[in-house]
Amino acid sequence: MKVILILISASLLVAIGFLIAFLWSVKTGQFDDDISPAVRMLFDNEEPNQNNTTKS
Amino acid sequence: MQTTKIDHKLVCFHCGEDCVEDTVEYNEKHFCCPGCKLVYEILNENNLCNYYDLSDAPGAKQLQTVLGNRFAYLDNQAISDKLIKFKDQQNTHIVMHIPNMHCSSCIWLLEHLQNLDAGVVNSRVEFIQKEIWINFNHNQTSLRKIVEKLTLIGYEPELNLDQIDKHKKVKKSKSRIYKIGVAGFAFGNIMLLSFPEYFANGIYPGDDFRKFFSYLNLALSLPVFFYSANEFLLNSIKSFRQRTINIDVPIAIGIVAMFVRSTYEVLSGTGAGYFDSMTGLVFFMLIGRNFQEKTFDWLSFERDYKSYFPIAVTRLFGNKEEIVTVHEVQVNDQLLIRCNEIIPADVILLSDRAEIDYSFVSGESTPVSVFKSDKIFAGGKLVNGIANVLVLQPISQSYLTQLWNQLPDKSSKSSKFQKMVSVISRWFVISTLVIASISFIYWYNIDVTRAVNAFTAVLVIACACALALSAPFTFGNMLRIFGKKGIYLRNANVIERIADINKVVFDKTGTLTIADQHSIEFFGDELSSQELQLIYAISATSSHPLSRQLAAHLTSYKNKISFNSIEEIPGYGICGIKNGNEIRIGNSIFVAGSSDRTNEINETVAFVSINGIIKGKYTFNNSYRANVKDVFDDLKKHKINLSIISGDHEGERNYLEQLTHQKNDLLFCMQPKDKLNYIKAQQDNGAKVMMVGDGLNDAGALLQSNVGLAISGDINNFTPACDGIILGKNFDKISSIIKYCKSGQRIIIISFIISLVYNAIGLYFAVQGTLSPVIAAILMPISTSSLVLYTVIASSIKARQLRLK
Repeated sequence: MKVILILISASLLVAIGFLIAFLWSVKTGQFDDDISPAVRMLFDNEEPNQNNTTKS
Repeated sequence: MQTTKIDHKLVCFHCGEDCVEDTVEYNEKHFCCPGCKLVYEILNENNLCNYYDLSDAPGAKQLQTVLGNRFAYLDNQAISDKLIKFKDQQNTHIVMHIPNMHCSSCIWLLEHLQNLDAGVVNSRVEFIQKEIWINFNHNQTSLRKIVEKLTLIGYEPELNLDQIDKHKKVKKSKSRIYKIGVAGFAFGNIMLLSFPEYFANGIYPGDDFRKFFSYLNLALSLPVFFYSANEFLLNSIKSFRQRTINIDVPIAIGIVAMFVRSTYEVLSGTGAGYFDSMTGLVFFMLIGRNFQEKTFDWLSFERDYKSYFPIAVTRLFGNKEEIVTVHEVQVNDQLLIRCNEIIPADVILLSDRAEIDYSFVSGESTPVSVFKSDKIFAGGKLVNGIANVLVLQPISQSYLTQLWNQLPDKSSKSSKFQKMVSVISRWFVISTLVIASISFIYWYNIDVTRAVNAFTAVLVIACACALALSAPFTFGNMLRIFGKKGIYLRNANVIERIADINKVVFDKTGTLTIADQHSIEFFGDELSSQELQLIYAISATSSHPLSRQLAAHLTSYKNKISFNSIEEIPGYGICGIKNGNEIRIGNSIFVAGSSDRTNEINETVAFVSINGIIKGKYTFNNSYRANVKDVFDDLKKHKINLSIISGDHEGERNYLEQLTHQKNDLLFCMQPKDKLNYIKAQQDNGAKVMMVGDGLNDAGALLQSNVGLAISGDINNFTPACDGIILGKNFDKISSIIKYCKSGQRIIIISFIISLVYNAIGLYFAVQGTLSPVIAAILMPISTSSLVLYTVIASSIKARQLRLK
């Protein structure tokens, strides 16, 4: 039954990982705007006559 | 791409509005105005017509087609630096707020700015904040060019130079989210680890496991106690230091009690503790707090940014003067500021010289001399003459509000509700502690777990939050509703004071009468056009209602004469010297030096003298606002006494007696000082006086009264002395305002009663120890939110009944 100790420790580590992921995502502003990313991904990339690249 | 036709009506391809007149056709598409067509043309040229495919008629009606020099100030390094977030050799990053953003087409277009301006490297939209982040190459384009482009396609950015403050606020609200995250994480895991404990005596295979689980729980609860719960703990420590008790105290005691007890149980190996309850409590309380804060922010945001000060300013448009409200004023507009008017924005002086009194801003009342092309800061007051100014920055509504709110409140004591709440909550907290201790002692000998449950449940459920919250929420919502109607009150205390009013004192000229509807006649020697020009010029400098009317009457003699010196004596008249000629306009004492005013008893007159020779007099016939009688009747019906004090003669006494059905309390020939003394005398007799008058000429009386309301007509008579500004057209709402404030108080009292009932029911279960602290922590925010909802909804419904909405 000792394995429970290891399993629980492992599950806690995973949970802490998710907590950190959550805090990080709040910090980097991923919840600030939940509309434009959803719309943005649907935009077509084919823009005629576009010659300048947009990466900075 | 076809033009949409609905019921044979043409709809603009760009903005979707009906094409009524001036329909413009282009590329087989219909546009309601040249502005919309222009936007289409620009987009078409740059292959951006995808914009119209993403949603139907996504544009906003485009009114501006010519920008001229409106954004020239953005070429100024010092100003543009304030907006720029980052700059290196090549690239500049900027964040701007674009209020017009509203659909997916907007996002698409704004993220394809590089098609419009090759200098733009890329742009990103933050839809919720309505912000755009632009990275551009400043060697190829400039901030001004980008802003102009955006404006031309209908997305004018709101250039707010004090954006930095906003970002601080965002950070603060994020720390609350972190706390909720940590508490939720700990709560979930502790519940999981306590699972065996929930079954009678546990099904642990051995003592090692029990120990391991409970130590893990202890470890998980540490960040909750020290980090997530710290605002409750710190607030109550603060309140102890100030020797008061606030509403966080019982919650903090509950948390500490559970934590200490549980830690003791775990360390001594006597039990598993109550970490699940403690962390759950913190988690739900934080969520409740977050909800409250969001609602409150929304209420105050609506008031501060969406409803506008009903202040008007005179804008010069070519040779014409027009009256606009402050929020319509834009950068590079020319404004005309009259004597005693407050300067609404940072401006540059175009006239030769002006005296500015900054007492409103800095408290220093010695006027400062300002010369041509010097900068004048918002909030200064022009002391004499007239000034022509150029607006440097858009008028910041929030700055004016802030200045106004900073002024010391009239009643030095805190508001009645605040006092009541602090007294009630002190007793409330003490009795909660007593009840909690009694139930703890009672249950302790029977069942320790039950005793701890009862103790903490009592502390948590018996929350005075509702007491503390209902007043700010009710008043916040009322201020918001007032603001939407063009009734702008300084703060929540004003509502309370209005509710206590039992006497209303009205000024006559400009308040009961309409300033610009007058018939003016001149009796006396014929005046040369040169003299008329002088009369025009001097009356144009004054903000007194009669001078304004006289200037309006003489607009055909408009000119730009500037006087060597000008002096305005409130209640008497105005006197100016030009090239050694002295011109005086005012009452007979001031102009003719006569000791009595008997010759002006029956009419409103202004005498004119030039170099001491009386030229004659102008007579004014007043016209009253249409609904004066209704307002008076309504006030009387609610047992509110009326007074009318006027600087004018008694000529209209009979008419006013008819209007008010009373013979007393109608006073005439009152100087500003007499008005002030009259109000003081009324207050000494125990009356709570509301003064309704003109902001500038009655400033003293407005300040002395319990509530001073300034009626704003077509001039900028914003004065720090008043507690509220209402638009002249809302004059008929005065009785509704008083009624609404009274009902606001009733709503708060009812919510107090509801909260007491909630508490009584909650306590009944809590003292029995059958209510677990977690359930209490869920019920508590729910009961609080329901009260908040009640106050907001009830005050909105009442507003609709009183036709304020």
